[in-house]
Amino acid sequence: MSVIDKSTTFLGYRRENGRVGVRNHVIILPLDDLSNASAEAVAHNIKGALAIPHPYGRLQFGADLDLHFRTLIGAGCNPNVAAVVVIGIEESWTKKVVDGIAATGKPVLGFGIEGHGDHETIMKASKAAREYVQWASEKQREVCPIHELWVSTKCGESDTTSGCGSNPTVGDAFDKLHGLGSTLCFGETTELTGGEHIVAARCANDQVRERFMFMFDRYQDVINRHKTSDLSDSQPTKGNIAGGLTTIEEKALGNIQKIGKKCSVDGVLDKAEMPTHPGLWFMDSSSAAAEMVTLCAASGYVVHFFPTGQGNVIGNPILPVIKICANPRTVRLMSEHVDVDSSGLLQREITLDQAGDKLLENMLRTANGRLTAAEALGHREFVLTRLYESA
Amino acid sequence: MHQLMNEHKHKHPPQYPYPHPHPHNDPTGAQEMIHFVLHDAHDSVAVVVVEGVKAGMALNGWIMDEDRMMNVDAKQDIPIGHKVALKNMAVGDTVIKYGIDMGKVVQAVQAGEHAHVHNIKTKRW
Repeated sequence: MSVIDKSTTFLGYRRENGRVGVRNHVIILPLDDLSNASAEAVAHNIKGALAIPHPYGRLQFGADLDLHFRTLIGAGCNPNVAAVVVIGIEESWTKKVVDGIAATGKPVLGFGIEGHGDHETIMKASKAAREYVQWASEKQREVCPIHELWVSTKCGESDTTSGCGSNPTVGDAFDKLHGLGSTLCFGETTELTGGEHIVAARCANDQVRERFMFMFDRYQDVINRHKTSDLSDSQPTKGNIAGGLTTIEEKALGNIQKIGKKCSVDGVLDKAEMPTHPGLWFMDSSSAAAEMVTLCAASGYVVHFFPTGQGNVIGNPILPVIKICANPRTVRLMSEHVDVDSSGLLQREITLDQAGDKLLENMLRTANGRLTAAEALGHREFVLTRLYESA
Repeated sequence: MHQLMNEHKHKHPPQYPYPHPHPHNDPTGAQEMIHFVLHDAHDSVAVVVVEGVKAGMALNGWIMDEDRMMNVDAKQDIPIGHKVALKNMAVGDTVIKYGIDMGKVVQAVQAGEHAHVHNIKTKRW
């Protein structure tokens, strides 16, 4: 008997489009690097508003620009967000983000800086943000069925204990959630290298398998085009190697433990695309922690499972990141970052079923409002994925 | 307060081996700590899961998929999270973990030795 079944519920915020969030943020979203200063000034003026600065958005083009818009619009549409103020240097691109978010029915306003300057923009945007924050503060959580909680996963600063302990813990939780009709996500395309045949075998049908292999091969081409002698200091990372991981194959085989033993891979997403039905989705994505978690936030996921071995400290401004660790040394030395300690697995003190339940219990508490370690510590890494140089 | 807590930590370092509540497969029922774990009985390497493994120590290993124990003697010091070789392997041999190919041997390695980037390399990239 798992801690969750069909009748399990959590307390969430139901948004205008029907989706359910577990946080109630009013975000100040800059379109581009030039608008960070205004966005941060507005968040400074209005308590409870959250600026999400980032370094990009100028002179991007083609697929890279599409991804930029998809990520910003997706972040604004995320049901953990109650309302959005967009600030951009130019009005037309600002409007594009506003319109994308407004399609969900969510309150959103945009402000362009050109012809007005920072002062006037900050004043107007602060007025809008103040209204949104007060409006959002009256939103009430309501009882929601567990399958409405969208959960993503990605691991980081992995070591060998990740593959033996923290990743299988996520896998057990994913198997249980998948059985209840949840919408789930994993990715990290290059980190499947050496285990891609295992993921391919888990694909629900040939169409999904072909699309998965297309994404996998596309990323391998990028690696092969840009690598020098090898990727030994980046995949695995120096941290991975210090933790005992030797090859990309070993890292991948550990990584894949996150999708459990039973769940099928039911669909494939390009970066920051939104799932269209329940099930486990593979999203083509970087394996860099903040990039991948940001893409999950943009795809609409509202809780994230992040297993770590050596102790990655990542958080996200929109998506609560739950850290799971099975390395007893990391749990001892970095306890403030660990939400779920599954090190007992490696001494057979707890079973995998118990470890998965412990994570699911923490997930429900997090969904109901408990802050994660990363939230309490102020980790708000929002990192946009770039495909190539700006024009 | 923080300082005090740190001092406390240094005065009372965690005790190893960890006490273990389960008898495992020991017919005497004695408690046995797990020094390393492997996924599949065919794996040629396993992961050290405790701190302080030194050359000469008799190590207990847990085969997770079959839930049974095995033993190997450490021939070198091996840090937590790093791998111990379970078999003698020659240059060019395939290294098996999770029951699957995880790379090739580039420097001969004996059972009980530290298996890592100095003697194993990827077959990809």
